[in-house]
Amino acid sequence: MTWLSRNLPYLVAGISVGGQYALIAIGYTMVYGILRLINFAHGDIFMVAGIIMVYASASMPIYVSIPLVLILTVLLGFTVERVAYKPLRSAPRMSVMISAIGVSYLLQNLVFYITGGLTKQYPALPWLGDSVTVFGVTTKRVTFVTPILTIILVVLLVLLIKKTKIGMAMRAASKDFETSQLMGIKINSVISTTFIIGSLLAAVGSLLFFTNYTGVSPTSGAMPGLKAFVAAVFGGIGSIPGAVLGAFLIGISENLIRGLGWTTFQDAFTFALLIIVLIFKPTGLFGEKATDKV
Amino acid sequence: MKKRIFSVMMSAALAIGMLASATTMAATVKIGVFEPASGDNGAGGKQETLGIQYANSIAPTVEIGGETYDVVLDIVDNESSNDKGPTAAAQLVGDGVSVVLGSYGSGVSIAASDIFREAGIPAIGVTCTNPQVTLGNTHYFRICFLDPFQGSVLASFASENFGAKKAYVLTKLGDDYSAGLGFYFTKAFQALGGEVVSETFLEGNMDFASYITTAKNEGCEVFFAPTSTEAAALIINQADAQGLTIPLLAGDTWDSNVILNAAAGKNVQIYVTTFYQEGGNPEFDEGVKEFINSTSVNLANNGGDDTVAAVTAMGYDAYFTALEALKAAGSTDAAAVNEALWGTTYEGVSGHIEFDQENGDAVRDAAFVKMANTETAAWDFVAQQTTADID
Amino acid sequence: MKKKTEVCISLLLIGLLFLLLFILEQRLPRTHMLFTVLKKGAIYALVGVSMNLLNGFTGLFSLGQAGFMLLGAYTYGILTIPVAQRANVYLYYDGGIIQFAIHPILAMIAGGILAAIFAFLIGLPVLRLKSDYLAIATLGFAEIIRAIFQWDKLGPVTNGSNVLRSFPIYRSVLFYFAVAVICIGIIAFMINSTYGRAFKAIRDDEIAAEAMGINLAHHKRIAFVVSSFFAGISGALLAMYQTNIQASMFKSAMTYEILLMVVIGGIGSITGSCISSFLFIACSEWWLRFLDKDTFIGDFHVPLLRSGFRKVVFSVIIMIIVLFFRQGIMGTKEFSVRGIYRWLTRRKANKQKGGETVG
Repeated sequence: MTWLSRNLPYLVAGISVGGQYALIAIGYTMVYGILRLINFAHGDIFMVAGIIMVYASASMPIYVSIPLVLILTVLLGFTVERVAYKPLRSAPRMSVMISAIGVSYLLQNLVFYITGGLTKQYPALPWLGDSVTVFGVTTKRVTFVTPILTIILVVLLVLLIKKTKIGMAMRAASKDFETSQLMGIKINSVISTTFIIGSLLAAVGSLLFFTNYTGVSPTSGAMPGLKAFVAAVFGGIGSIPGAVLGAFLIGISENLIRGLGWTTFQDAFTFALLIIVLIFKPTGLFGEKATDKV
Repeated sequence: MKKRIFSVMMSAALAIGMLASATTMAATVKIGVFEPASGDNGAGGKQETLGIQYANSIAPTVEIGGETYDVVLDIVDNESSNDKGPTAAAQLVGDGVSVVLGSYGSGVSIAASDIFREAGIPAIGVTCTNPQVTLGNTHYFRICFLDPFQGSVLASFASENFGAKKAYVLTKLGDDYSAGLGFYFTKAFQALGGEVVSETFLEGNMDFASYITTAKNEGCEVFFAPTSTEAAALIINQADAQGLTIPLLAGDTWDSNVILNAAAGKNVQIYVTTFYQEGGNPEFDEGVKEFINSTSVNLANNGGDDTVAAVTAMGYDAYFTALEALKAAGSTDAAAVNEALWGTTYEGVSGHIEFDQENGDAVRDAAFVKMANTETAAWDFVAQQTTADID
Repeated sequence: MKKKTEVCISLLLIGLLFLLLFILEQRLPRTHMLFTVLKKGAIYALVGVSMNLLNGFTGLFSLGQAGFMLLGAYTYGILTIPVAQRANVYLYYDGGIIQFAIHPILAMIAGGILAAIFAFLIGLPVLRLKSDYLAIATLGFAEIIRAIFQWDKLGPVTNGSNVLRSFPIYRSVLFYFAVAVICIGIIAFMINSTYGRAFKAIRDDEIAAEAMGINLAHHKRIAFVVSSFFAGISGALLAMYQTNIQASMFKSAMTYEILLMVVIGGIGSITGSCISSFLFIACSEWWLRFLDKDTFIGDFHVPLLRSGFRKVVFSVIIMIIVLFFRQGIMGTKEFSVRGIYRWLTRRKANKQKGGETVG
């Protein structure tokens, strides 16, 4: 029992971080599924959502600023796709990825310029940010809310993809990009929808993440973004349940590693896990078998 | 066609670059300000710079060798980063400064030290407390106390005031200040018969929940976190959320209104050691407050209120120490200033300043201990500790 | 033009470049920003070309460059710190356990070799992965290497996460150029050999290349090991340039920066990588610096200019290049004596034909 009460806080923190990673990872995995693009800028969109919240909440009440953050983040994701990725649709994949790195660079530097390079304090959200004690673990309420909210959102998303017309179009596009175009699917609107969903979830993720860890700096998005991306690859990139599972696994193992006192290796361990999975199962846990086209 | 546009763009960039680097002035002496304005230590660096700017506004000229020189501050941003810092330092060197002040944060000072040495330019460390800054060189001086001293003060404070037998030490990996102060605290605390649980966190880490859990699990009686203010705000927040009741101890970096704002209204006890206590020199306090409130930029740089940070006082003292050295050198030549610095003394607002003849460290044996008042969001004076108190 | 004359003229031009640098160094003060840019530019040109060998010529998308640079830099630092200085540097580890120092050039080569050995070991499992998966795995290995070097249990060797410094350095920009020119020359030679042709065949179509009888695993490994060797060398140069090193400098952002240089220069162009790395460094470190300073023209306070604006402008320029100049500066073309000769003669021919300009 003492063992459990000693280690439960690590597990709880891990599950919570895992849920936040999951919300970011979905954006990576959906975009990769359709465009075969590692959207390096996704982590920065997550960070920008945090910064928008900082500035929005300074001048308007919380119930106005939260929807505003969601809307602006979605707009940003949409614009980034239209401006930086769409013109390169016929270009080699490397160019698109470079463009993604460029956008990431630009967003970080813009935020650096606007904030003067200093960490901004995230506003304390009422209710979510309060301390509670459950099973002897004292922490913010958001820690317990995150996994539940994540699961709900993922279920909704899976329903959307399985049941609706746009969901069908998405599935078709990720199966075969060219053929689906020939079949009359408006590929641009499918891609835009993907980016909109991804950014929306990243914005929700940022609300939860920064309520827990209350500082937003230009590079805040880099590590969560990279972790979420690793989670997406881990679970088999293109697969939403895979990404979510991968994210929870990474969140939990990262916190357990810390609990063991191996903090130096917390990031390295994540990568080591990834490399091992890739070597034995090159398409991730739930990835589809890739076929080489000659 | 595209190529041509590209080449035009490039040559335009070149031309602008040439223009920008072609500004010169007469009868001036340049003092380089090597401070972070962004990154982890940006908040503290800006406050230190404010002290230097305030001093410059009071004494904008200096008499060198019978001639009056305008003092021009050449302020660069070292971004709190050991790899960006040297380039900023190279810029100061390229601009031909006579002496450099800074930096807040020991790591960048160590990283840039060789650039200054190569160029033969002396530097005065304002609040970089790590011994390595001045160790084994003749061009880096400093006006603050050192970490071995600060670490002992904190260790004896922890063991005497709280009767602590077990301390939790959290340092940032790759941060010289943090690693150094943690090391000296650990050494001193163990010498007093205490036990230490130490952990590190990685750059960019924001999740301090597990560290606080460990501190609780291990039954530590004090939580020592020599970190930047950025990490500090997160730690305080998390400590409050997890109901950590043991006192938080930290070094000079935590003496900042960032900490006060983070702690306001929270259930935490925070103790810091520092160089200067507001009220130590009412005349200076009044003047600097007026200076801070004079423009919105200054106010923003000080973190939005007019609390006088110890680093601001130190910056102020460093500027006048540099002026003394320039006067004594009788020339703006960097080598002469370096030579003169060994013998420079100055009565600063933070105390008497003179350098030892071995490393060029300040001869200082006093530190203030302050506590963050979570109700008034101000610092309460706790004690003044000297070398004698430790032994 | 004959091959022999071409080589002669190329060598002559390189000789002239060194003469120019030598004269510059005599004329300008040693601390001039120009030399900072030239040194750093030479280092990044080398690592850029080494990355181009992988990404541009062999089609292996690798993002491990920062990790290999770290290996080179640390090997150099650890092996060359004078014994007398070690107590000061390894302050928390009682002077460390290595109590000897070797010649800087040897240490630099040792750095390259260590990086190559690591590359060989990492390559065994990783090189089987395809495109993006390879990229993320190599990125991961770079992060793992960084974590290992920060581990305090290895402190007596690596000084933990603390700064390594006080090692001997070469001050003259000529040294950096000499090393860079020699190394880039070797890479260029390799690319123009049978190996290079095999690399390009693998890049263009792996399956076809295999069908032609090219041993994929062997050639990929060679490209990876050679590229890492030179990344290690450039890491050692970086250590000299910066005068101190720390594991936390070698983040993935560094790799991204190198990748940007390669892409801006043109994937598959050696001279492109060189030109773009000098331009990149000059822009980011020197020419755009004025954008970071509050500026007054008369009484007019120029808007927008303050700390950080330089980077915004810089990243906008990069986005413009990425979006509108997709081929980069050079595309896959090379800047060579033969090329100029051909360009000049063709221009003459065109003029005779009726004065069309060559665009």
